[in-house]
Amino acid sequence: MASVWEFANPRKFMAVSDRALPWLFTLAGAALAIGLVWGFFFTPDDFRQGSTVKIIYLHVPSAMMAINAWIMMLLASLIWIVRRHHVSALAAKAAAPIGVTFTVIALATGAIWGQPMWGTWWAWDPRLTSFLILFLFYLGYMALWQAIEDPDTAADLTSVLCLVGSVFAVISRYALIFWNQGLHQGATLSLDKEENIADVFYFPLLVCIAGFVLLFIALVFYRTRTEIRARRLYAIGLKERMV
Amino acid sequence: MPDLGAYAVEVISAYAVSLALLAALVIFSVWRGKRVKRALEDAEARLRNG
Repeated sequence: MASVWEFANPRKFMAVSDRALPWLFTLAGAALAIGLVWGFFFTPDDFRQGSTVKIIYLHVPSAMMAINAWIMMLLASLIWIVRRHHVSALAAKAAAPIGVTFTVIALATGAIWGQPMWGTWWAWDPRLTSFLILFLFYLGYMALWQAIEDPDTAADLTSVLCLVGSVFAVISRYALIFWNQGLHQGATLSLDKEENIADVFYFPLLVCIAGFVLLFIALVFYRTRTEIRARRLYAIGLKERMV
Repeated sequence: MPDLGAYAVEVISAYAVSLALLAALVIFSVWRGKRVKRALEDAEARLRNG
């Protein structure tokens, strides 16, 4: 069986991702289309929240993936720090714009949903505030990559920033448990049948979550390939300048 | 189109904003990917031709 460390070889990563990408984009598109059409057109209104419950199919998957993207960046950064595999550092860099987009979607849909339900677009609630800080960490992370010319130094410093930001990724997920206050409701998904949302909303939501996960993986693969090429381009540029 | 009642603006705007952001992310990623790939091919050709 192939070791996961084989993917640290850029050539191996490019070959495998080249084969996987068409499948990943197709599956992501299909899951998102099925989940969103199912949720938007074929699910009933909630008895309390009315038709705004349909926002759940975008808000919950994007919020989950905003946090998971940072966790993936954390793992890739740790691999870079410990094993110095360039592909892992570039994968972390590639994931950040995807994570920040998911964070913006989660914040925007949350505000749009919150206005009619809570009577306000925004509240300094523990979950909302920790999510806003996570968004700022994403911006800082991307800015740091752009600000440093040497790629290895940039990878080192952004990895440290990623470790620090992970505190807020964890707080974003568990803010309600830590503080047990604020406007935001508890977890939408639960293994406890009594606490979990009704099946009529649950199944299309699962399909949407699968769509967001697949889209994230597909985009990370695609963007990592771009970063590997950009890195090679940078190396050729240095070589040309020395001649 | 389902009857969204009093919250039609909120629901439709949430979907519009989200889908626009996702589309922008995919389009920008593909655009940059193609641009970098073309630039690398040019640079490698220059390298081969001395």
